[in-house]
Amino acid sequence: MPDAGFPANPQFSEILVPKDRYYDFCRTIKTSPDLFFDYLISLTAVDWNDHFMIVCHITSTRYRHTLVVKTRLEGREELSVKSISDLWKTAEYHEREVFDLFGIRFLNHPDLRRLFLEDDYGYPLRKDFTDETRMIIK
Amino acid sequence: MAQKSTSMGIKIKSMDYGDFKDNETLELLSRSGTSVLLSTIDSIVNWGRANSIWPLTFATSCCGIEMMATGAPRHDFARFGVEVYRATPRQADVIVVAGTIVHKMAPVLKRLYDQMPDPKYVIAMGACTISGGPFYYNSYSVLRGIDQLIPVDVYVPGCPPRPEALLYGIMQLQRKIKAEHPTGSKRETPVKPGENQAFRIDG
Repeated sequence: MPDAGFPANPQFSEILVPKDRYYDFCRTIKTSPDLFFDYLISLTAVDWNDHFMIVCHITSTRYRHTLVVKTRLEGREELSVKSISDLWKTAEYHEREVFDLFGIRFLNHPDLRRLFLEDDYGYPLRKDFTDETRMIIK
Repeated sequence: MAQKSTSMGIKIKSMDYGDFKDNETLELLSRSGTSVLLSTIDSIVNWGRANSIWPLTFATSCCGIEMMATGAPRHDFARFGVEVYRATPRQADVIVVAGTIVHKMAPVLKRLYDQMPDPKYVIAMGACTISGGPFYYNSYSVLRGIDQLIPVDVYVPGCPPRPEALLYGIMQLQRKIKAEHPTGSKRETPVKPGENQAFRIDG
């Protein structure tokens, strides 16, 4: 995988994959019998202002190894990435939560509705989110 | 703390043991102005009410753990008649709001309070229920104090308060109940009607 990055991470092995190869990479590490990453611990997102980062912690219950898979989404509008919820069913709710709080769309997700908030709410975990009535900005 | 007065004009005193003994007579008489016999009956009824305040099973975060510790054997607030957690608001006398109230929880809390039979009391336990606490700034989800929603009788500060602090709050609530008129002269609520809006937040 020549276009992948390997950022330093003292706790877990980490790999930064390009957005268009994110799904295929996840499917490979899940189905490969030598790797067998069968358990998605968490899927979340980080707002870095100029880009968003999807962060997945995936582990193998057979081999006890853990990998952090990240992928970078450029820009702030019309963000989308392929859903991995058909690989790990857990991702269904994680991706709904990320959609709810960051506004990132997951393609091929079976039920991409907001998880907690109302439909007309903004995306409150974005760094540029403000709400005049509910927030006291410091 | 020693001379802070509430809306009913009761002096909330410190935990001096002797102070807890003297409010049945002096404060009640001075307030109701009735005959000594009636006051005695009042005080007996109020003694019973103050010593059997049953709380609602309601806890939304870490303050709830301290509230459970207060109910557990080491601290044991059954000693003060806060005997048994009721699983339904219909049987509860006091709601100890223990923990952060977010905007999504606010209608639930209001409904629970409305379902409790009069006379009912509210203890705001912990920084979150008093003012929003650590979530006061830059939070999109937290209600800045439950007194924007329901009237509060006793505020117990802390993050979370220790069980002793909650016991102290309960004893202050007992003092307040003991100085009330038992037939229920309408209590003044700390919240003015116009201010009773769930989602109003001052800047």
